[in-house]
Amino acid sequence: MLMEKFSRRDFLKSSGALVVTFSLAHPLAQAAEKGKAAAKTVALDQVDGFVAIDAKGRVTVYSGKVDLGTGIFTALTQIAAEELYVPMERVSLVEGDTALTPDQGNTWGSLSIQIGGMQLRQACATAREALLAQGASKLGVQRGDVSVKDGVISARTGGKGVTYGQLVGGRNFEMKVDGKAPLKPPSEYTIVGRSVNRLDIPGKVTGRFTYMHDFRRRGMLHARIVRPAAMKADLLSLDDSAAKKIPGYVTTVRKGNFVAAVARNEWAAIRGAGAIKASWSKWEGLPEKSRTWEHVRNTKVVRDESFQKVGDTAKAMPTGARQLSATYDFAVHTHAGMGPSCAVAEYQGGKLSVWTSSQATHMLRRQLAKMLDMKADDIRCLYVEGSGCYGRNGHEDAAAEAALIAREIGKPVRLQWSRADEQVWSPKGPPTLLENRAALDANGNVVAWEITGYMPNRPKGFEVTLTAAELSGLPKDTAFPGNIFQSLAVPYTFPNIQATARWLAETPFKPSWIRTPGRMQNTYANECFMDECAAAAGADPIEYRLRQLKDARGAECVDRCVRMANWTPRGKTPRDKGDIARGRGFSYTKYELVRTYVAVVADVTVNRRTGQVKVERTYVAHDCGQIINPDGLRNQIDGNVVQTVSRTLIEDLQWDRSMVTSVDWKSYPILKFPDVPEVYIDLIDRPTERPWGAGEPAAAVVPSAIANAIYDAVGVRMRSVPFTPDKVLAALKTA
Amino acid sequence: MAATLNLTVNGKSHDLRVDDPQMPLLLALRGDLGLHGPRFGCGLAQCGSCTVHVDGRAVRSCTFPVAQAAGKKVVTLEGLGTSSKLHPLQEAFIQEQAVQCGYCINGMIMQAAELLAKNRRPNESEIREALANNLCRCGTHLRIIRAVKRASEMMA
Repeated sequence: MLMEKFSRRDFLKSSGALVVTFSLAHPLAQAAEKGKAAAKTVALDQVDGFVAIDAKGRVTVYSGKVDLGTGIFTALTQIAAEELYVPMERVSLVEGDTALTPDQGNTWGSLSIQIGGMQLRQACATAREALLAQGASKLGVQRGDVSVKDGVISARTGGKGVTYGQLVGGRNFEMKVDGKAPLKPPSEYTIVGRSVNRLDIPGKVTGRFTYMHDFRRRGMLHARIVRPAAMKADLLSLDDSAAKKIPGYVTTVRKGNFVAAVARNEWAAIRGAGAIKASWSKWEGLPEKSRTWEHVRNTKVVRDESFQKVGDTAKAMPTGARQLSATYDFAVHTHAGMGPSCAVAEYQGGKLSVWTSSQATHMLRRQLAKMLDMKADDIRCLYVEGSGCYGRNGHEDAAAEAALIAREIGKPVRLQWSRADEQVWSPKGPPTLLENRAALDANGNVVAWEITGYMPNRPKGFEVTLTAAELSGLPKDTAFPGNIFQSLAVPYTFPNIQATARWLAETPFKPSWIRTPGRMQNTYANECFMDECAAAAGADPIEYRLRQLKDARGAECVDRCVRMANWTPRGKTPRDKGDIARGRGFSYTKYELVRTYVAVVADVTVNRRTGQVKVERTYVAHDCGQIINPDGLRNQIDGNVVQTVSRTLIEDLQWDRSMVTSVDWKSYPILKFPDVPEVYIDLIDRPTERPWGAGEPAAAVVPSAIANAIYDAVGVRMRSVPFTPDKVLAALKTA
Repeated sequence: MAATLNLTVNGKSHDLRVDDPQMPLLLALRGDLGLHGPRFGCGLAQCGSCTVHVDGRAVRSCTFPVAQAAGKKVVTLEGLGTSSKLHPLQEAFIQEQAVQCGYCINGMIMQAAELLAKNRRPNESEIREALANNLCRCGTHLRIIRAVKRASEMMA
């Protein structure tokens, strides 16, 4: 296939391409003369940070963003292969290795394709442009007179071509990523936009895949942590004499309140930890679970911060024909991945290597350097895929604990958390309280809109305190809950808006970001309250939104959802009379007000007698711009919906004054097969637009759609997540 | 008390020296035999990630004492198909792309294999019930159901 865009005319039009030709071909030639590759850079602005091509033309791409079970390993491979004009089979991907991959930031915030993928795309485009220029020169033709296919550059007039491998094979590009390097036109895509089968699935369904939990080092020992009896208890005494009698037991590591049993095999470590007699001080610093919201409301406020200010709500609020207010709360959730956190660490000659499923190997390295008082350069963190990760869970904690043990014993050590470690000791999605107020005009339209979110304060750093540092008393970071203010702001055109985060000085559990952090809670409040306003105005909830939504692309997303769900105007539909009441609810977001659009309809049934809510089906219209892999995207949307139905209906961390008491799957249940709703999806593909994220946005709208559907079914407002049967029954009683 | 046990795993006989016959079978399969298919999820028989077949029955290997497997036929995900021919469930999971992180998938396939051995053409609610105690956190359930259905059609 000839590349039309490399016509001489286009080439001359583009000054950027001229720069590529003259300034970038030169270093390649220099590298060729040296005949030796320099050390691998991880610089974000260097092509060599992202791409290497060996003499056989095999491409290796380096990604700081990692596949957490989302399929981006395949999607990033598609992007690189497409931009380089090579088949996918020729591309391999290295993820999250601090020695090899650029620091593209944590794998969070639905940014892996949007940011990580686009950095990779630009680096590949820069590399390809340089290769084309170099190839033309080698072939003795003008730069505009060559084309490329499958990594072979040929003169348009025919003849033998020159391969990428021959041009750069094994040497460095030695050039900066050119932000203006022309991208392959989407109309010519043959790989991106296709539902390419995921590369990891055959290995995963046959037991050939190596997860973090399968990773081994020679001479490796196994560890298990002995946890405090209360979250912040101090160790008073320790007796490991019984543990030492267990065959295979090696040693006990103690540093402050950090206690680990180390053994030659996993079972001996587990038995050893169980045999250690530790006594702990009494600590009862957690708030009473039943008074969580009182506690949150009474927590010291550090400051109020405005995230959306339009007009003057204080002035406009009293002018409305009517005023509404509502308070929403959202329970503490835990990540609860299927596999407990796991890591392997090795400390040798002052150098530390840590194999981890961390979403943030570069950040982890900085945190480990601080905790262990080491130079970051002496630490290497290498990503190995683990169990699904939906935010900052226990992976970094397990890695730091393994690192601490490895340094103490001088041998490679594998630490796999117990289920209780995972449920109790991983950081939590913080309890969030939201207050909404609105004034409506005579037509029912919003004239003033206010939301205030009570959420734990965000210090400047992005780190979350490592358990190993906390327990051992080593230097630690303060906790950061994520950008949880996002989506306090509303995507509607109201004349007066005030969205405020009320930053709280403390929160009961170490907070972190868990899928759709803040956006889920804030969208829940805003979209439920929008539904309440629509009902007060006597309007259909969708018509009501559309008349206040001045965003054509958003309106199209809403419309596609409405048509798929065959939505009929609500409000006038009679409610079912019997025990089982059916209802439909709607919700909408423009994620963080700047990217992915999602509209959703949820169909629920509510059992008036038992209070049981069942989500029967959902309809999701999704616009994240250019779609890299439609099937992968559908898989993510399924996951967003199903996981969030679980969080909305069931999940509620339990604790007493000392401890988290959700220790397993019985005390922290999640949605099971019989209750999983059907998910119908309409993907709005915009190949010529930039791609946006999809790992979180569809989750943002699920709780509110369910709450609004429950209202449609039985006429009560569910303002407290999760919507457990007892809460539904209580609401029905007071209705 | 240390003991030597004979296990037949995926058709191969192994003499295994164990310090504790109460050790879960899962740790022997993973730790001693180096298998990757069965996975540790909870150690409490609550999630199903560790499911293997013992004499054709799906069991939770994380709480199944290794000594009880002695003399029995253990089959793991690695031994479900052959190297040249995947089991229809494995084929179907690939065709439906029924994996997100995949950590639970071992259990889904092994549990579904037991179901299909008993009931060759399960309907959707039978599939949902059969997998009700296999947990998935990523939300891959709908694809898993479709994959099991597809496998049953392939086996018909």
